Amino acid sequence: MAEISIRKVSKTFGKTTVLGGVDLDIFNGEFVVILGPSGCGKSTLLRLIAGLEEISAGEIAIAGVVVNALEPRERGCAMVFQNYALYPHMTVAQNIGYALKVAGVARAERQARVEATAKSVGLTEYLDRKPGQLSGGQRQRVAMARAIIREPRVFLFDEPLSNLDAKLRVQMRHEIRRIHNRIGATSVFVTHDQHEGMTLADRLVVMNKGSIEQVGTPAEVHDRPASVYVAGFIGSPAMNFLPGQISLVRRGVLLENGTLIPLAQMPVLEDGHLVQLGIRPEHARLTPRGRGVIEAQVDMIEDLGAQRLCNLMFEDMPFCVLIEARPPLPAGTPVGLDIPAEHIHLFDAASERRIEIALPLPVAAPAEALTG
Amino acid sequence: MIERTPLLNIATHLILLCGLVLILTPIWLAFVAATHTLQAVNSAPVELWPGDQLWPNLREAWAQSDFGPKFVNTLIVAIGVVAGKVTLACITAFSLVFFRFRFRMLIFWMIFITLMLPLEVRIVPTYAVAANALSPFQTILDVTGISRLIQAVSGIEVSLEWNLLNSYAGLILPLVATATGTFLYRQFFLTIPDELVEAARMDGAGPLRFLWDVLIPLSKTNIAALATIMFVYAWNQYLWPLLVVTDRAAYGMVVVQLSDLVPDQMTTGGGTPTWHLAMAATLVVMLPPIAIVILMQRWFVRGLINTDK
Ligand SMILES: Nc1ncnc2c1ncn2[C@@H]1O[C@H](COP(=O)(O)OP(=O)(O)O)[C@@H](O)[C@H]1O
Ligand SMILES: [Mg+2]
Repeated sequence: MAEISIRKVSKTFGKTTVLGGVDLDIFNGEFVVILGPSGCGKSTLLRLIAGLEEISAGEIAIAGVVVNALEPRERGCAMVFQNYALYPHMTVAQNIGYALKVAGVARAERQARVEATAKSVGLTEYLDRKPGQLSGGQRQRVAMARAIIREPRVFLFDEPLSNLDAKLRVQMRHEIRRIHNRIGATSVFVTHDQHEGMTLADRLVVMNKGSIEQVGTPAEVHDRPASVYVAGFIGSPAMNFLPGQISLVRRGVLLENGTLIPLAQMPVLEDGHLVQLGIRPEHARLTPRGRGVIEAQVDMIEDLGAQRLCNLMFEDMPFCVLIEARPPLPAGTPVGLDIPAEHIHLFDAASERRIEIALPLPVAAPAEALTG
Repeated sequence: MIERTPLLNIATHLILLCGLVLILTPIWLAFVAATHTLQAVNSAPVELWPGDQLWPNLREAWAQSDFGPKFVNTLIVAIGVVAGKVTLACITAFSLVFFRFRFRMLIFWMIFITLMLPLEVRIVPTYAVAANALSPFQTILDVTGISRLIQAVSGIEVSLEWNLLNSYAGLILPLVATATGTFLYRQFFLTIPDELVEAARMDGAGPLRFLWDVLIPLSKTNIAALATIMFVYAWNQYLWPLLVVTDRAAYGMVVVQLSDLVPDQMTTGGGTPTWHLAMAATLVVMLPPIAIVILMQRWFVRGLINTDK
């Protein structure tokens, strides 16, 4: 049975619908990341689970109990907020122990648990400080400790790392995952950062404009995105899209300028069906001019250190390719592009949903030397 | 904007100095007058330097005005007003900011409008209510015909009465029932981040627990500021005590007593005006508010400028 089961849940504020009929099952001990751009309703969904907002329609059950009418404290959830939300006038120890104090836990036990929890997140030396005297990372730890000490069934995180600098963010990310593994509670983590999502999640929930686009493991979501939206959102740099139509006779996708991109296997579609062809920048390959399936021009090259990001123009459409070499390619240079059939994603142009192509066994791509 | 030029500094200090002189001169003259004998105070060139009669004058003024019990009375009223105000304002602002209920904005505006109706403006109706605090209810019963109904059924004539004249309640309650403090709190409560409220909810704290454990500790400086203002305000009350207290021996307040010492045609009956006593009494009456302001100054200023967040 699912630990958290969300059934046709919608949320409206006045006349605006923020969530429209969300269905989701989150299993016991799972780390689920809700990923989506800002304003898509992630926080709202989390707050509905927490009980901080009222559910407009639908039903949420935690551990088999419908919680629609329950107060936050009765739901067994703990939450870590984006801005930490520590009580500024209380010491670290008082902040961590406040939930226990409210629950009426005796002072001695409370103190012992506060100390144990503080130790587990490395806060022992700071117990007597006020939040104002702590760094961002330390405040984050206090917020974590405050959630952990309640031994909740469910941890809810609302973009808890977005106020930290890049290095600390990675560090805290690892720490959150470690704590999750150690405690074994169910975690729901909201973020707009796909790296956080990909690295933390057992399962990713990709949201768009108040509804769920896809649910799956990070690998599934990355390798087989369910829609144009997910394909464009997950992966960096973003996937390239080329509009075209199916040509059954020529066994490929016919682009608008007449170029044919061959497919390894034809989907079950009629001739001329309009599609979006997607290819990730790391899968497309630069070739010398005239040797690829399409011709493009170099717009600019960005050096990312380990790799180079070639921004090309193909028929007025931007197209990105990620390469290892450092080729001398000034702007305007014509180049060829190879689009390996086994890495092609197809999406229906009208519905923007994924079209499955039964992939053949991967064949070794022909090694092709790149010369300017 | 902070400008630092020597010229501007000098100008600023000059302006401040003028203000200081303007404020201190009357106090100095009062002090000087309080240190001279009746003859010296009333002789032609105004004395500018203190004499040696301060102590006898103070004793005389204290005895004449019966300040002993009056100080106790005033202290009771001032503390009552402070306590009532701090509590009432806190609770009303709490409900206005943190709860969503019907007519919330209407109630907010009604409270807001009372800001424009200080006690002096509505003193006649307030007096009527103080004379019988239950008269509004009596009116409701009469207008709706309920009292006639009760009389018809049971034969008992309904006449509610709760007289607040000549009582501490009568002195305190009308001064408590104003909107000022509510606004001070409201502005502060509005700066509390939503996340903090939600964190407390997640921690299991109900509304009252949140008020007690989080809001009140956070508003300490505001409470100090409000308490200081209200103490001085209550201490300096003249018109309302004059009106509501007829039993001066039991419920007199210091400022009213003080006004009796100020010589006029009636009190002196054409004799020599006793300015030395009036000024000595003034000095005494001024002391508690000054003490409170000095004591609370540090908190008070922080509460009004509201910085440390
Ligand atoms: N209390 C509210 N009243 C009205 N609209 C709200 C409220 N809370 C959120 N919204 C709206 O709901 C949408 C989704 O908000 P939110 O869930 O916070 O997005 P996210 O966390 O994904 O950035 C936003 O457009 C926001 O303006
Ligand atoms: Mg959000």
